[in-house]
Amino acid sequence: MTILEFTGIVAIVSFAAGLLGSLTGLGGGVVLVPLLTIFFHVDIRYAIGASLVSVIATSSGAAAAYVKEGFSNIRIGMFLEIATTFGALLGAFLATRIPTSALAVIFGAMLLYSAFLSRKPRTEAQRNLPPDPLATRLRLNGSFPDLEGPRSYNVQRVPAGFGLMFGAGALSGLLGIGSGAVKVLAMDQAMRIPFKVSTTTSNFMIGVTAAASAGVYLSRGYVDPGLAMPVMLGVLGGSLLGSRILVKAETKSLRLVFSVVILVLGLQMLYNGFWGKI
Amino acid sequence: MPAAQAPARQPHPFKPQPWRDRRIEVILGNLLRTGVLISAAVVLSGACVYLSRHAHEPADYRVFRGEPSEYRTIRGVIQSVMNGRGRGLIQLGLLLLIATPIARVAFSVAGFTIERDRLYVAFTLIVLAILLYSLLGSGIGL
Repeated sequence: MTILEFTGIVAIVSFAAGLLGSLTGLGGGVVLVPLLTIFFHVDIRYAIGASLVSVIATSSGAAAAYVKEGFSNIRIGMFLEIATTFGALLGAFLATRIPTSALAVIFGAMLLYSAFLSRKPRTEAQRNLPPDPLATRLRLNGSFPDLEGPRSYNVQRVPAGFGLMFGAGALSGLLGIGSGAVKVLAMDQAMRIPFKVSTTTSNFMIGVTAAASAGVYLSRGYVDPGLAMPVMLGVLGGSLLGSRILVKAETKSLRLVFSVVILVLGLQMLYNGFWGKI
Repeated sequence: MPAAQAPARQPHPFKPQPWRDRRIEVILGNLLRTGVLISAAVVLSGACVYLSRHAHEPADYRVFRGEPSEYRTIRGVIQSVMNGRGRGLIQLGLLLLIATPIARVAFSVAGFTIERDRLYVAFTLIVLAILLYSLLGSGIGL
């Protein structure tokens, strides 16, 4: 394959991944690394470097739209970013030390978990929970516009959420993904933050988290300009288009298709990792 | 002139919405988008130079070699842009992209300072320190 063909095909695949990731809310980065390694035979380290860069682009590109909606909570975001950036730094240093087959296995497990989570119905956080003393002291509680006017929420279990966020950051730095699935676990399940607030705040945190490990990746020579260019431009274009044409009626079947893709890619990554093909 | 220009707050059973002045947040959101669009434009222009010169060479990413130092450090990237390298320009765009969320965090320090929220000024400075350590401490600045 010549560089022109390779660039063109990778750009189209990345565009599709960005579009589907944004339409389904599952993120595009999570499928990019397996696609690049399995179908394009790209070394997983180059794939992770390119994916990480595209994660920053999509997160930052969508931020303006999310901010206007008024759902994101910047204090929750900034407080939890202490955990995610620390984790990301650790993850990026670990990534340079562990064998690529182990990276593939961890990646496969992460994909299976994402596929599982995407099929699980999300339970909306209970209303009127009592305020947690630590969350109150950290001023994490807030409100957001709802159908019946502003709705307030009280953040729960701050230490558990903070710890999970550290893990999310480490996975993001290790695998070059936004690790939205783990962030959702921390914010929805542990901290009981309402769905709309957690998704928009998580999006805003992803870019900062990825920036923390991107410097390490770039300086270690994992970010190849010839590969990162079509990936970054493709994913950015796809996700920007996706955020404009969000059709609610069709996301359900689209989500099903996309989660099957994630599941298959996860199994393939596990297989390749265990048999030392990566 | 403290407290004077702060709007009077109603006693409320719940904590007020973060960023009393949401305009700051909107400005930051637009800053992020602008940063992304600028970096995408730089990457795209680098892509044109790169593809016009290397389009018909074979593409091979099977074996990891690691990038040469001209694509690994800020100084090397700037040097290769000066030499008119397309890949240097792409890498410069990617550096701008990495700098965008860092700039947002830096501006958030100012935002929390305006709100006189010392706790969050401290939190934001911690995040900024981690980000700068990652960018400069990993040897990229050399």
